[in-house]
Amino acid sequence: MSVDTLGLLLPVIPGGLALIGLLVRDRRVAAALAVVGSGAVLALAVAVVARGPRPADPGVTIAEFGSLHVTFGTWLDGPAGLVLVAVGVVAFAVQVYSISYLHDDDRYAPYAAQVNLFTAAMVLVVVSGDLIALLIGWEVMGICSYLLIGHDRTLPEAPGAAVKAFLVTRVGDVGFLLGIALLGFHAGSFQIEKVFAANLSGPVLVAAGILLLAGVAGKSAQFPLHTWLPDAMAGPTPISALIHAATMVAAGVYVVARLFPLFERSPAALTVLAVMAAITMLLGGLAAMAQADIKRVLAWSTVSQLGYMTGALAVGARDAALFHLLTHAAFKALLFLAAGGVIHAVGSNLMETMGGLRTRMPATFWSMTIGLGALVGIPPLAGFWSKESVLGAALDAARADHGVIAWQAAFAVYLAAGITVLFTGFYAMRLWRLTFFGAARSQSAEHGHEPPWTMRAPILFLAAASVVVGFVGLWTAFGRRLGAEGAVFHFSAQVVVPLVFAATGVALAWRRDPAADPILAVRPRRALANAFYLDALQDALVVRPVRALAGATRRTDESIVDGAVESAGAGAFGAGGWLARAHRAGLPRAATAALTGAVLIGAVAAVLLGVRS
Amino acid sequence: MNLLFATLALPLLGALLAAGLPSRLDRAARIGGTAFAAASVGTAVALLAGRPSATPVGPGSPIRPWHEVDLAWAPDLSVRFHIGVDGISYPLIVLTALLTLLCCAYSLWRVPEPGRGRLLVALLLVIEVGIIGVFLALDLVLFFVFFELVLLPMYAVIAVWGGPDRRRAARKFVLYTLFGSVLLLVGVFVVVAAAGTGDLVALSDPAHRTLAAGPQLLAFVLLAIAFAVKSPLWPLHTWLPAAHTEAPTVGSVILAGVLLKMGTYGLLRVGVGVAPEGARKVAPVLAVLAVAAILVGGLVCLAQTELKRLIAYSSVGHMGFVLLGIATLTTTGFQAALIGNVAHGIITGLLFFLAGAIKDRAHTGELVELGGLREVAPALSGVLGFAAIASLGLPGLAGFWGEAFAVVAAIGRGGPLWTSLGVLAAVGGALAAAYFLRLLRRVTHGAPGPSVTGLGVAARLQSGELVAWSPLIGLALAIGVVPALVLGFSNGPAQLLAAVFGRG
Repeated sequence: MSVDTLGLLLPVIPGGLALIGLLVRDRRVAAALAVVGSGAVLALAVAVVARGPRPADPGVTIAEFGSLHVTFGTWLDGPAGLVLVAVGVVAFAVQVYSISYLHDDDRYAPYAAQVNLFTAAMVLVVVSGDLIALLIGWEVMGICSYLLIGHDRTLPEAPGAAVKAFLVTRVGDVGFLLGIALLGFHAGSFQIEKVFAANLSGPVLVAAGILLLAGVAGKSAQFPLHTWLPDAMAGPTPISALIHAATMVAAGVYVVARLFPLFERSPAALTVLAVMAAITMLLGGLAAMAQADIKRVLAWSTVSQLGYMTGALAVGARDAALFHLLTHAAFKALLFLAAGGVIHAVGSNLMETMGGLRTRMPATFWSMTIGLGALVGIPPLAGFWSKESVLGAALDAARADHGVIAWQAAFAVYLAAGITVLFTGFYAMRLWRLTFFGAARSQSAEHGHEPPWTMRAPILFLAAASVVVGFVGLWTAFGRRLGAEGAVFHFSAQVVVPLVFAATGVALAWRRDPAADPILAVRPRRALANAFYLDALQDALVVRPVRALAGATRRTDESIVDGAVESAGAGAFGAGGWLARAHRAGLPRAATAALTGAVLIGAVAAVLLGVRS
Repeated sequence: MNLLFATLALPLLGALLAAGLPSRLDRAARIGGTAFAAASVGTAVALLAGRPSATPVGPGSPIRPWHEVDLAWAPDLSVRFHIGVDGISYPLIVLTALLTLLCCAYSLWRVPEPGRGRLLVALLLVIEVGIIGVFLALDLVLFFVFFELVLLPMYAVIAVWGGPDRRRAARKFVLYTLFGSVLLLVGVFVVVAAAGTGDLVALSDPAHRTLAAGPQLLAFVLLAIAFAVKSPLWPLHTWLPAAHTEAPTVGSVILAGVLLKMGTYGLLRVGVGVAPEGARKVAPVLAVLAVAAILVGGLVCLAQTELKRLIAYSSVGHMGFVLLGIATLTTTGFQAALIGNVAHGIITGLLFFLAGAIKDRAHTGELVELGGLREVAPALSGVLGFAAIASLGLPGLAGFWGEAFAVVAAIGRGGPLWTSLGVLAAVGGALAAAYFLRLLRRVTHGAPGPSVTGLGVAARLQSGELVAWSPLIGLALAIGVVPALVLGFSNGPAQLLAAVFGRG
């Protein structure tokens, strides 16, 4: 078979069910399609992992552009299988959760179909062994994100947030397409295996690497293309869990991991990635500390944690990055779904309206505690193992003689990662206390209750996962699946450092009165809440000039370019009118003209005859 | 051979039937015309029979038709009636026949003011004959005749059934394109006089090229300007917005869907095929103008306030990608241009159908007055969303291949100029996303606007609309996922054509 059956079914089943689902209106049929689609992905993903890593498919040709062929084939290696399981688990959990979260939404059917389509696209990115098929999945994810962010009719900010999300990632995708074009052209093929084997020159590798990073920065919300992610919280909370925490934003990390043999050969690209990662980690952590909206705290936290993953890749630790991707998928999805339960109960996203939910929603409270603990990196929860792996790898790279990047860059990543742990501890503690402790600060918080079991079950499952998943870091088989020599996690003295930072951050956020917001003690909190006004900067530097340019271009096109045409027409009319008037001359003028003409002809003839003789 | 004649004759007979019947049989006349349009789709698809399965290789003319008719027409003027179909023209012929059928079917269901639908159907069929003739013609003078055949019926369609400013728009359209046609005629004369023959197959054959480099350059410039007016290429595009905005729905669909393709097809077949030395010298200029078209089209769309005008300017941008592909003079570029052509025809045809549907319901195309369409008319809004997403070049749908591979072809040419053009073209793709999403936000999202509220039952999709749109929706998806539906035909001829330039 030129294309692996499992690899082919993985995107086709949810994709096909999604297309059917777009034509369906009935709620129960839509829910069935949703559960079957995501369940199939999960089942097939487990089968892929059980079967073991496979080499790349030879593939089938789907388009011929002269000697440049576009093929489709899958490459189900170790990381692909594991990421597929994560995608399957989160997608299934989100689909089940959405059934009751959107129980009173009359547009549930297209929502479920779009989530299926999104799942198909994400799976395509993971399984694809070709750059063009990867690009197709990449962009379809973007459009599903756009459609789903804009789902809620009652939110006036949703359509704008959806457009912003798509456009910011589209800007990055310009670079992504150019990088793929460069690689495909110079390697003579778009198949990833062939691109690895091709003899690409240094400048091409660096250029392609940096261009691909533009797309990664967009999709994975790295500085400076991170501005869309907080606003994307206008989408329904299960979507925030699926797309903007566990899967789509992780796709950028996955693509760098997939194409790692190329990136390893261009230290310049990895250095750029390191700088981006360091800035992103710190920026995300700081901004999360000052948000009033619970989802925005989690959004900025995602930005920050993605920085960990890209930082790990930048220092050459592909296995640590993928490990953190997997644990983050579990605990971030958990955090968002639990937050969704809280929002559902309280009727608002703002933490100032919460409080006292610990006694009223115990299951949610404990799940969220586990999630926050994993986020901060408290042992033995999942986040501890993966975060330590990232930090350990960064320190090793900083101390190594010949790493993939300069030791200064690796050390910058390590430093940023360490300091961010402090910020993480702070905002996690702040969120925990403000949401769950003290007296209820609003009527709805007074009457808070647990969500129905279709929402609770996925939360509890993900909570269990967040406890258990981390231990695979000690398992050598897992590490080898991710391409490392042994287990991903290594015990060393360094383990203490982030624990100290975390404890400091947590302690700094503690206040005796649970309703007291610890951010009030921080001086530049306005700047933090607005993420250093980078959004406004983007608006001023990009959005407004482009709009102004558009208006100017339109006016120029209509007045000058079209004006030339219109005046040509007017000129022709005018010339015609003038000639018509000239022809209407009276007899004396006509006679003079005829005589003058005759004299001229005679003179010319005389001159010519004179020249002749 | 009979199939070729049938493909040309069937629409002509349909036109005569439709025009000939009296006005009390108006509906019957439209049905008859639509039946002939359906028959011509059948013959167009049937042209596939007899296509050799092996890709043409080896020396000889790049034009290797698998059905051909070559009759003496005016031997003293060395003009022959030479028609034939090959891999480059076949997808375009099927597209033309399909779009004409859909337009005739649409006219069965709705005829714009002032009525007399049978005459509209007759004119559409005459336009179909002209366009298919252009794609089939393998003789320069015959090509020119068919090229001109289209102008006056299109003028009539706009001038009689169009919007409020139709007279001015139709006049501008016909005068501007006639200016291009004059240059085309002069170019044809230059070629025929210098080479002694008008036969496209012989003229494209590199082994027997009798046209010297000087006349080639002159001919290419003249032909390029003529086809640039038709395509249209910025800055010769200003006839397009008015014509598209004022034309009736079926007029806009045919205009955007196939008429524009005559220009790009002509540039490829006649310009590049007959005068490659000229093409080689002028290609960088064409490429720069094409990228300017992409960017200017995108920026102007971003500032548009009227629905049909926005879609019209988006055509300027899309044709920019097609012309960039042609200007690279590589197989990748030609293939990108050809699939871009077909994809644009399908998607923009669908967009104009939708714009017509919205304007019929809301009686306005002003974005300010529309809004919240998805609240009132969810199905219509969903199809509009699909068409807009397809048009912005989302991978997985038809528009992606042309745009992405035009960029790949430009990058592949290498060198500072072509690389910068590729980068700018890719940026143009981002602009396309910006203006289409802005359109969707204004029209489908938000609170229902003044013209949209109170649509009530009228908001639901009618069966006539579903029939007209579903083939286009299906094709946009099918070609997006299986581009070989178009590229499989044109790969061989495109490679042969690019081989003339020494590039694969």
